[in-house]
Amino acid sequence: MSIEEKLGFNKFYVDESNAHIIVKKSDFTDEELVILNKIIKACPAGLYSLNEDGTLRFDYAGCLECGTCRILAQGKVIEDWKYPQGTFGVEFRYG
Amino acid sequence: MADKFDCIIVGGGVAGSTAGYMLARVGLEVLIVERGNFSGAKNMTGGRLYSHSLESIFPDFAQSAPVERKVTREKVSFMTQDSAVTMDFQSDRLGFQSKDSYVVLRSQFDRWLADQAEEAGAMVASGILVDELLVRDGRVVGIKAGEDEMEADVVILADGVNSLLAQQIGMRNEIDPHHVAVGAKEVIELPPSVIEDRFNLNGDEGAAWLFAGACSDGMMGGGYLYTNKESISLGLVIGLGGIGKSEYTVPELLENFKQHPIIKPLIKGGKLVEYSGHVVPEGGYNAIPKLFGDGVMVVGDAAGLVINTGYMVRGMDLAIASAEMAARAFIEAKERNDFSADSLFCYQKKLEQSFVIRDMKLYKDFPAFMENPRIFNEYPELAAGLLTDLFRIDGVPNKSLKSKAFSALKKVGLVNLTRDAWKGVNAL
Repeated sequence: MSIEEKLGFNKFYVDESNAHIIVKKSDFTDEELVILNKIIKACPAGLYSLNEDGTLRFDYAGCLECGTCRILAQGKVIEDWKYPQGTFGVEFRYG
Repeated sequence: MADKFDCIIVGGGVAGSTAGYMLARVGLEVLIVERGNFSGAKNMTGGRLYSHSLESIFPDFAQSAPVERKVTREKVSFMTQDSAVTMDFQSDRLGFQSKDSYVVLRSQFDRWLADQAEEAGAMVASGILVDELLVRDGRVVGIKAGEDEMEADVVILADGVNSLLAQQIGMRNEIDPHHVAVGAKEVIELPPSVIEDRFNLNGDEGAAWLFAGACSDGMMGGGYLYTNKESISLGLVIGLGGIGKSEYTVPELLENFKQHPIIKPLIKGGKLVEYSGHVVPEGGYNAIPKLFGDGVMVVGDAAGLVINTGYMVRGMDLAIASAEMAARAFIEAKERNDFSADSLFCYQKKLEQSFVIRDMKLYKDFPAFMENPRIFNEYPELAAGLLTDLFRIDGVPNKSLKSKAFSALKKVGLVNLTRDAWKGVNAL
């Protein structure tokens, strides 16, 4: 089963007007690419991937709010990381 | 809403609600602020709760709390790509009250615990994100959420592993990837009778099963399976320090894990109902942040209170106990009317005198020991190889058990083996 299908089983209240994670999308340094590779591998929601032209594709809509990307980024690649505003984001029915 | 509370607790998980309950029941004005729509909405666990610390606060809690199953069966497997060597312990001895453990689902369990705090008189404000702590003259005096500011004698941070607030006031540094792991979990629905048959359980009994080896593809980490009433929780935890060494992403590793011959028949016919992810503190004693300051205490995951020894993982019992002690420390501070760091030092003292810090210290070398890749590659291969030799009969003249064992051990190297065994024994 694909990760997109899996996320489809979850309940999300997406804050359409307010991204809680802002990422750098292109012109990565070698160091940033190493970090980016780790983030792509680790994100349990599979939200990070590279386009063929080397730019980053990222969508915060399926975010599980675990903070993995923020920890791996160590202040690089991810320009801003906040929790979604209250009531928004994922809502676990099992957890 | 009152302008000033005795105590504001950020986070309505098991730690936050326990602290809230302890304070409210002695008549203190407590506010618990939870960013989810209800307590537990943002929380997940593998996972099981060792009951002892909650039992001392709510005797017989398992009679009324929404627990899934009582664990009476413990399994640990060492996996290679195509095989598994499993230790299996099944016993009623695991089920004695206050020495037992329960599989729980946090969305339901945390809500129950928050209700207990509310019934005791705590105010629970859900759906509110705390943006920052109010700090005046170097002292935490409250919280800021949107336009609202609320003050308290003390703020207890129970806001989880990724505590941005603790970081904001310098209680801890940026999280070191070597000190945490990422967990990914599927909740897979199956009829109770199928679960009982597949895991050899009666009624409300449950199984806890940990996996080491191929499932983490050589990286520090492992798999887990816990039986709920009408579903099973199946997941992986992978250390962030070694992430990137595998060609697979974490979601791909979980898919591979589900295809493994030991797992596949266990989840056959099951229906996925939820997929979740979370970060787990794994740094142990050496990664505990500053636990108290002027007007502030840190509890639970935010304080890094998790013990992973490979064969068992604990967090919630430590979170509950730390919250209880923070609450007791607050009550003492309130009697002195002194909420300075010097006064709140009694929180750390209580933790140090309890099983919380003693157990954290006992296993302090284990996180470093676990960074040894042989544990996840060579040793599962060794065990599977040895047992293959033992059980496979093919007409070729048999070798003695001793020589079979010796040739398997030689592959890892006797020096490595002795060294790892010695380190492992000392780390435990």
